Amino acid sequence: MMFELSLAEARDALRARKISSRELTTAYVGAIEQLNPEINAYITPTPDQALAQANAADTALASGDQGALTGIPLAIKDLFCTKGVRTTAGSKILGPFIPPYESTVTSNLLRDGAVFLGKANLDEFAMGSSNMTSAYGAVTNPWTRRGDNRPLVPGGSSGGSAAAVAARMALGATATDTGGSIRQPAAFCGIVGIKPTYGRCSRWGVVAFASSLDQAGPVARTVEDCAILLGSMSGFDPKDSTSANQPVPDFAAACKRGVKGLRIGVPREYRMDGMAPEIEALWQQGLAWLKDAGAEIVDVSLPHTKYGLATYYIVAPAEASSNLARYDGVRFGARSDGHDLTELYENTRADGFGAEVKRRIMIGTYVLSAGYYDAYYLRAQKVRALILKDFTDVFRDVDALLTPATPTAAFGQGEKMDDPVTMYLNDVFTVPVNMAGLPGLALPTGLDASGLPLGLQVIGRPFDEETVFAVSAALERAAGFSAVPTLRAGA
Amino acid sequence: MGYTLEGSTGTWEIVCGLEVHAQVISKSKLFSGASAEYGAEPNTQVSFVDAAFPGMLPVINRECVAQAVRTGLGLDAKINLWSRFDRKNYFYADLPQGYQISQFAHPIVGEGVVEVTLSDGSTKQIGVTRLHLEQDAGKSLHDQDPTKSFIDLNRSGVALMEIVSEPDIRSPEEAGAYLTKLRQILRYLGTCDGNMDEGSMRADVNVSVRKAGEDFRTRCEIKNVNSIRFVMQAVEAEAKRQIALWEDGGEVVQETRLFDPSRNETRSMRSKEDAHDYRYFPDPDLLPLVLEPDWVESLKAKLPELPDAKTARFVADYGLSAYDARVLVMEQATADFYETLARGRDAKLAANWMMGDFFAALNRTGRSIDDSPVSAANLGALIDLISDNTINGRIAKEVFEAMVETGEAPGAIVEKKGLRQVTDTGAIDTAVDAVLAANADKVAQYKAGAEKLFGFFVGQVMKAMAGKGNPALVNEALKRKLS
Repeated sequence: MMFELSLAEARDALRARKISSRELTTAYVGAIEQLNPEINAYITPTPDQALAQANAADTALASGDQGALTGIPLAIKDLFCTKGVRTTAGSKILGPFIPPYESTVTSNLLRDGAVFLGKANLDEFAMGSSNMTSAYGAVTNPWTRRGDNRPLVPGGSSGGSAAAVAARMALGATATDTGGSIRQPAAFCGIVGIKPTYGRCSRWGVVAFASSLDQAGPVARTVEDCAILLGSMSGFDPKDSTSANQPVPDFAAACKRGVKGLRIGVPREYRMDGMAPEIEALWQQGLAWLKDAGAEIVDVSLPHTKYGLATYYIVAPAEASSNLARYDGVRFGARSDGHDLTELYENTRADGFGAEVKRRIMIGTYVLSAGYYDAYYLRAQKVRALILKDFTDVFRDVDALLTPATPTAAFGQGEKMDDPVTMYLNDVFTVPVNMAGLPGLALPTGLDASGLPLGLQVIGRPFDEETVFAVSAALERAAGFSAVPTLRAGA
Repeated sequence: MGYTLEGSTGTWEIVCGLEVHAQVISKSKLFSGASAEYGAEPNTQVSFVDAAFPGMLPVINRECVAQAVRTGLGLDAKINLWSRFDRKNYFYADLPQGYQISQFAHPIVGEGVVEVTLSDGSTKQIGVTRLHLEQDAGKSLHDQDPTKSFIDLNRSGVALMEIVSEPDIRSPEEAGAYLTKLRQILRYLGTCDGNMDEGSMRADVNVSVRKAGEDFRTRCEIKNVNSIRFVMQAVEAEAKRQIALWEDGGEVVQETRLFDPSRNETRSMRSKEDAHDYRYFPDPDLLPLVLEPDWVESLKAKLPELPDAKTARFVADYGLSAYDARVLVMEQATADFYETLARGRDAKLAANWMMGDFFAALNRTGRSIDDSPVSAANLGALIDLISDNTINGRIAKEVFEAMVETGEAPGAIVEKKGLRQVTDTGAIDTAVDAVLAANADKVAQYKAGAEKLFGFFVGQVMKAMAGKGNPALVNEALKRKLS
């Protein structure tokens, strides 16, 4: 019964003293013990810390001194620095790293009373769409194809967070999204995830991948749960120069608004050649639901969409190549000694980074180097501006956009590993949203022929997460998605 | 033509430009709250941002920006209301981020000018290309252990202004004059202490040579020269090296060199082929730096009077020569001292006292004007004692020496030592009569036309009066009695 509660329901039950945080947290700690050996959603479970926080939460609840999330057990993507708890970023190079500070986002969650179950697995330095690049092993998607037990990927990079939430190993989780790392795993795992507007959540204390694109956000089992979590995670932070000094609205209230009178755009460039018919059908169904709920559907054009991926795979590696220079074995993390400084760097980074990280560092170094900068990085920045302009133009006419979240459902572990470019195609629908810094939410609205979840994406204007939540909640109500994964606690 | 060097094939001209790194005076670092103070125990002023821990982010320090703007204004330069920070990427153990945050494409300050005065009294304008803000690196200590290098990150992230000149400098003297003037302006502005010993000001020197009328030839850059004298020596040594190379049929290759003052020569450090590819790109952790015109105006309104303006005012208001004015204006503290001294007094007498006995005393005692044993008030009181005839000039020197030694006020010294000048004409007449009586032969010679003996009589009278006779009254009495 405990695992059937949504985050909002659990919060209400805690406040009504129908359950205690200790009971709830103990159940989730048990779920981790039971399922983590198979799913590997957590790199570092922290059951003792979780139970201590649960006890404190119960004391607060008893005295009526509760915050928005008091007693709610969450998974924390292992990209958020957590004071005194090892933070690996999914990389060997940070294997021994225990931060002496707490990220702003996790501080906000702790301030609101959340319980942390542990650090969730991810692609190394958040670089990947399958969670196969983690130095701490692949994550297994809790879902399987009907009649086929072969393990599937949960998506990435926030695959551990999404798998944990889907398998009821956490009520919600923090995640980050640079090119789709919240929305694609949410779609693959049949849950909800929102990447808010760039600047909505502080990046302070989050291990950087590509600074101009990285944005934290929540994954949870319902739209409302995501709204509640985002409300706690967001807020202006003077320690992050790119943090936006914007008020944090009541996102959960926005979920109840409805869509009557809203204009929903359908970008024609998102109708890709060779797209699975069931994705197309899912999309049309979503539009029909919104129309039924009183929204107006409008065809729009985002002409530079086709350059999104190519541009992303210049900008993101360029920033990453510089952001990851600090992992040099000198001050923290793993070190592989050498006879001189250069050898120390070479050995440390050769041993510490995995293949995908090395590939992106090399791509990024190349596109920034003398003689190539103008042709790659500078041009990519110009295209990025055009992609943003596309969105700015259509948002004069529509309130939100509806697109598929991913081109396919979850694929098998080991598939698409031969050619990195095939893997990169997973992000085709999500990347432009990061390039433009917009809010985007993925939610499950149906299953494919083999019984795997498929998701749609709602994209909104900058700092208009409220409309995104309103549209998403309407879709959620209409879809009534109730399918559950094979692997889950309480099953 | 100005300064030239003679080679075997003819006359050569030096072309030189300087890149000066000036550490910004500020309480905290450019992008972190850690203290920027010099001289603390190693690694005690390091924030997680300075040590580039995962997830740490830079936040610009408003005061450092203000200091850069003040400096730009002081250099008569264009203030760019929109500027941007870029990352300069390279690996080194004392560069924790693996990149330096700098301003490559869009500096905060654009073109300006520094006017220098040369030893022949002529002036010259040296163009400033730009000024930008950047982070300093930490320090690598290679001499603490036989096998290890130690890293001190106290300096990591401290704000620097890089001030780049045009290649307008044509001689070692001009290079020295430019640096001296730049340092003076920075110190007046309070934006950099200009202390080259502590490394808070360092210069990279670009040198090439050419024959008259030629375009620029290939230049070499001499890195991190840490005194004005060494900069002047390095310019000359490098120019001579290049001339010899060209005249030998060789070719100067663009490279980075180091100056060795003990051998007075430059040495190759790395060639252009080994130069880093810094892969500059805009720092995505920082927004463009946008300045409000009103804020710049408010900084401008509060700028102190700068050396050139002060020099002109000293000439106009105090009747000083341009040279004297320049000397007194060299340091802000000296100029302030002078103005306290000159206020309500004979300005020229005040200048003479400062530039003569006072500077000599500072030199001799090794003190600076800030901890001078003689305060401006006391030196002023001494001048007042001369002006109101309490003491004469000669006694004043004696009083001044006592002031240097004891720090006491001149009035007290005069009273204690009984040095008050004698203005009693009766006493003077008595002394004159005695001297004339004792030197009857010389009086006869004087009257026969040996007028230069007048000085002798003055000396004798003053000696008899222990130096305390009022010189004017003594002269007058002698003239009267010898006529």
